[in-house]
Amino acid sequence: MTSPVVAMPRRRYARRARGWKNARRFVLPIAGLGVMAFFLWPYIVMLFDALRPSGEVLATPPTFFPKTWTGSAFVQVITDPAFQNWLKTSLIVAVCATVIVMVVAIPAAYFTARFSFRGRMIFLGLVVVTQMFAPTSLVVGIYREFYDLGLVNSYTALILTDAAFNIAFALWILQGFFAAIPKDVEEAAELDGCGRLGTLFRIMLPLTLPGLVTAVTFTFIAAWNEYVVALTLIQDDALKPLTVGINSYVTAYQQNWSQLFAASLIAIVPVVILFALIEKHLVGGMTAGAIK
Amino acid sequence: MSRALATRRRRPRGTAGIAEALLWLGPALILILGIVVDPAVALVGTSFGTYSITGLRKGDAGFQNYIAFLTSPDLGKVVWNTTVWVGVVVAMTILLSLGLAQFLSKEFFGRRFVRWAVIVPWAAALVISSQLFRLMYDYYHGIINGLLLWLGVIHKPIDWLGNPALIMPSMITVGIFVSMPFTAYLFVAGLNAIPGDLYEAARIDGARPSQIYRRITLPLLRPAILIGVVLNMIYVFNSFPIIWILNGSNPGFGNDTLITYMYKIAFKSAQHDVGMSAAAGIFNVILILIAVAIYLRFTNWRRRDES
Repeated sequence: MTSPVVAMPRRRYARRARGWKNARRFVLPIAGLGVMAFFLWPYIVMLFDALRPSGEVLATPPTFFPKTWTGSAFVQVITDPAFQNWLKTSLIVAVCATVIVMVVAIPAAYFTARFSFRGRMIFLGLVVVTQMFAPTSLVVGIYREFYDLGLVNSYTALILTDAAFNIAFALWILQGFFAAIPKDVEEAAELDGCGRLGTLFRIMLPLTLPGLVTAVTFTFIAAWNEYVVALTLIQDDALKPLTVGINSYVTAYQQNWSQLFAASLIAIVPVVILFALIEKHLVGGMTAGAIK
Repeated sequence: MSRALATRRRRPRGTAGIAEALLWLGPALILILGIVVDPAVALVGTSFGTYSITGLRKGDAGFQNYIAFLTSPDLGKVVWNTTVWVGVVVAMTILLSLGLAQFLSKEFFGRRFVRWAVIVPWAAALVISSQLFRLMYDYYHGIINGLLLWLGVIHKPIDWLGNPALIMPSMITVGIFVSMPFTAYLFVAGLNAIPGDLYEAARIDGARPSQIYRRITLPLLRPAILIGVVLNMIYVFNSFPIIWILNGSNPGFGNDTLITYMYKIAFKSAQHDVGMSAAAGIFNVILILIAVAIYLRFTNWRRRDES
């Protein structure tokens, strides 16, 4: 490798690398703008369609910018009692499912991360399998079960389904975080007279805050965005969540695209803000849980 | 309390009895058994029954539902659609996300905003994105035809969702678009986990960027890529809203995947055949398990753990 014949191109490469270092200060942000535009442009189309009158959405040829700017679709949607019901369902279902998942997954994650016991592998195997059984493939079975229980058309059915199918991911993330905390921390707490529950709540949970935040956000968003189970189990219009309800703005009989998109944006914005807030933990949380 | 203390003293540190384990895992176990395992069992039971259109059980069907499903004339087309849908979406998502992740993990001005923008298709419910693309693909009113006509690329509109040759590519494009953000973030996490001094050592040894990528980045990213492929296989196979909504106005089963086909048999077709749909559901679950198992086997999933 030290012969001059090989050294020549290497030096040329070094010069090129220095040139790139200067150029990248401009090239990378410009490429970044391109990437931003690529992922955002459909949603910008959505925003502009929500900000024009419904009739103009169906103009031929379509225009990118609205000819008439109006916020009336947003006003109509917010004052629509049906929309308020859907929003209420989505909030109740997502919050309750998230609370249940946390109450159930935190002790399980802590225990499986810290202790070995008979049946540990069976339990973890069961959790992995639930990750593979998306509610979609089991939807007929889920429908049968809630039909037999008389829970079709109820919040309970949605809450329980969203909770059960999201335990796996929350448990996975939390376990990674618990396992990463040095054992001495707990031993010290135990010596100071903390029971196992006390150690968990007073010592471990504060240390795994990023993991908790990630698990909470993921669960909330999964429940907030759930579609198939709600489509199947809820026929009563007043009990539908946003994802199912808003589709009735565009049917064979009426085409209120601007209202559909105004409602969609109201559903998307809180989730994007939630995600953006935990963006740092999103990477960290996935590293701890998924890639060890 | 005294019993708990006694138990703890008898056992070595870090182990626990089955009773205590049940106490900590019980709630999670009950929910999983009740809402995931029980419907799975109910699904098996349903697949061996005959049902009226209103969903009442009329009697045992034996293997009739399975025979009806496996001999249905649409199955071949549906399985082919599913293979193309899962294969192309997962492969393209992984490839494009590798590049995107590489870009997102570079330091540059405004990176935070780019990362936020990438989150949006992930955060938006799939139904919403699907409705949005349904309008954008529209023959008369869609912005895609509008743009292509305005640019002069085409001279008359393209029927993206009505032309049998174009609907699958149109749906696949949406599938890749919404799968990339999660996958890219997974790979960013994987890239961050690679120690920086490895790159430094390679550079001092005179390795070219392409060599560094092939010899260091890709091998160390392997766990992340494996997880990305497996999770995407499961998500994309089970993906429902994109096909349900973009293919919504086409009659028959010509563009369906196994998931939407199963759903239509039970809830949309004329016969509302819950039994046959359950048989299709069992078929789907077994198929995805086998596909994931083959993939993991093929890539020597455990090789790294054992060494």
